Amino acid sequence: MNLIKFLDEFTSENLAKKGASRRDAFSTFSSLGKKAAIAAVPFGMAAASNKAKAATMFQSDDAVNALQLALTLEYLEASFYLQALDSNVLDQDGTGKANAIYEQISMHESAHVTLLQDTLMDLGETPTAEPTFDFTAGGSFDPFNTNNPDAYAQLLALAQAFEDTGVRAYKGQAGALMGNDNLLTAALQIHSVEARHASEIRRLRGLQGWITLNQRGPNMPPVTQDVYDGEENLNQGGVDVSTLGGESPFTAEASSQAYDEILTGDEAVAIASLFIE
Amino acid sequence: MKNKKVKVESLTTKKGNKRRQFLKMSGLALAGSGLLLSCSDDDDFTEPNPDPDPELFDLGGGDLGVLNYAYALEQLEADFYTKVLNGSYWSGAAMEEKQILEDLYNHEVNHREFFKAALNTNFDAEVVLPESLEFDFSSVDFSNRDSVLSTAQLLEDTGVKAYNGAGKLIETAAYLVIAGKIVSVEARHAAAIRSIRGNNMNNFKLFAGDDIVDPITGLDGAENPSVIIDAAGGFIVTPFTANQLP
Repeated sequence: MNLIKFLDEFTSENLAKKGASRRDAFSTFSSLGKKAAIAAVPFGMAAASNKAKAATMFQSDDAVNALQLALTLEYLEASFYLQALDSNVLDQDGTGKANAIYEQISMHESAHVTLLQDTLMDLGETPTAEPTFDFTAGGSFDPFNTNNPDAYAQLLALAQAFEDTGVRAYKGQAGALMGNDNLLTAALQIHSVEARHASEIRRLRGLQGWITLNQRGPNMPPVTQDVYDGEENLNQGGVDVSTLGGESPFTAEASSQAYDEILTGDEAVAIASLFIE
Repeated sequence: MKNKKVKVESLTTKKGNKRRQFLKMSGLALAGSGLLLSCSDDDDFTEPNPDPDPELFDLGGGDLGVLNYAYALEQLEADFYTKVLNGSYWSGAAMEEKQILEDLYNHEVNHREFFKAALNTNFDAEVVLPESLEFDFSSVDFSNRDSVLSTAQLLEDTGVKAYNGAGKLIETAAYLVIAGKIVSVEARHAAAIRSIRGNNMNNFKLFAGDDIVDPITGLDGAENPSVIIDAAGGFIVTPFTANQLP
């Protein structure tokens, strides 16, 4: 499935239609049997061995779509970091620190691509193809050009936007993976790595590692505001966490920092689409 | 056993609207326990002895068990950072480190109070973990930077593994999402502490080092509660059991 087709199909209306036949098939199984079938799928044993690839016959469309969305975001990140490292723009910091950070992140993002591709194939699904990315976002940025005096700042700003998006997007898909312990756990294990990346990139930019209210932070392009809208939420499961005490942990700032928020699939796709040709 | 009934109830609704669910859940939990009170005698025979040592508090199973477990971990972290902020290393620390540790204190106290509120809203008081667990940080020198930072790193990395491993045990989507909202902040903490330690060692990759993120798969850690409770056992004085969690 190509990405545009995938993006097109990602809206929940289309999802519901497309999923009908498979859901019908599901309905002939007891909920327990369905759960067992899904749970039998190994997540990403690919790196370790091929023999465990007992593809399951049934997999919920929600879960598959969650994985395809994750793969799309990982393609974006992996491609971005590889081009960033190739560009020599990071050498501008003169310490090797930015390069080292990007090398480590790049290694992880490329590993996530492989893991998600293998997992989708294990499930009998075709991994969505890698789109063609435009990291200029239609000419707004020129991050890989050493002749651009803003390239270094742009590389860091884009990385922050991608990582903070990744954290929120994975979190938004967790519910779709419920019932499949292996898929859910692996997705959580990627999710927390994205959060480590986000923290470090933010700190490299001189920010705190966590997000305050819906602030994108100094020198972040306005186009990235969608990444941060909603982060100001203080209501966790019906509880306004800023009302749980009167001291410093319960200011609106601290209360918003303490919880990252989700992005829906549609919101994550909209952000990623800014960088897809 | 109480939570078993809640489990059955919540399975039917777990894919539903996430935010509204929480409010409803308190009603479900109450309904569940009410039902069980009336039939508890019959069911007790079929239970695989969930509480072999009635003298000790058991975290429980299902969502209750996971929430109590998270509450214990957040109490541990909050108590640690409270001691950090009362220690001499922190009061004399460089501005950046001071700010980071104060932020971590704020976040962990907020998490602790969130779990206290969520548990007490949704479950009977007698199955909610007591609010003042006692901890022993005598192995930490709160006047020593490396002692404080290495313990912070251990606790944050452990928190990440704990939440990552507990996700699959959560039965209600609303709780899973909230656990997700918290674990990514724990991971941000872990990376920040590792980052300031790494800078001292000229190891700029420590924020997500190969010692904690598998370099082949790119995956962070995930451990079951029994592993985490064993690992944190040295800090925990108040005894409790987790017989209904893996």
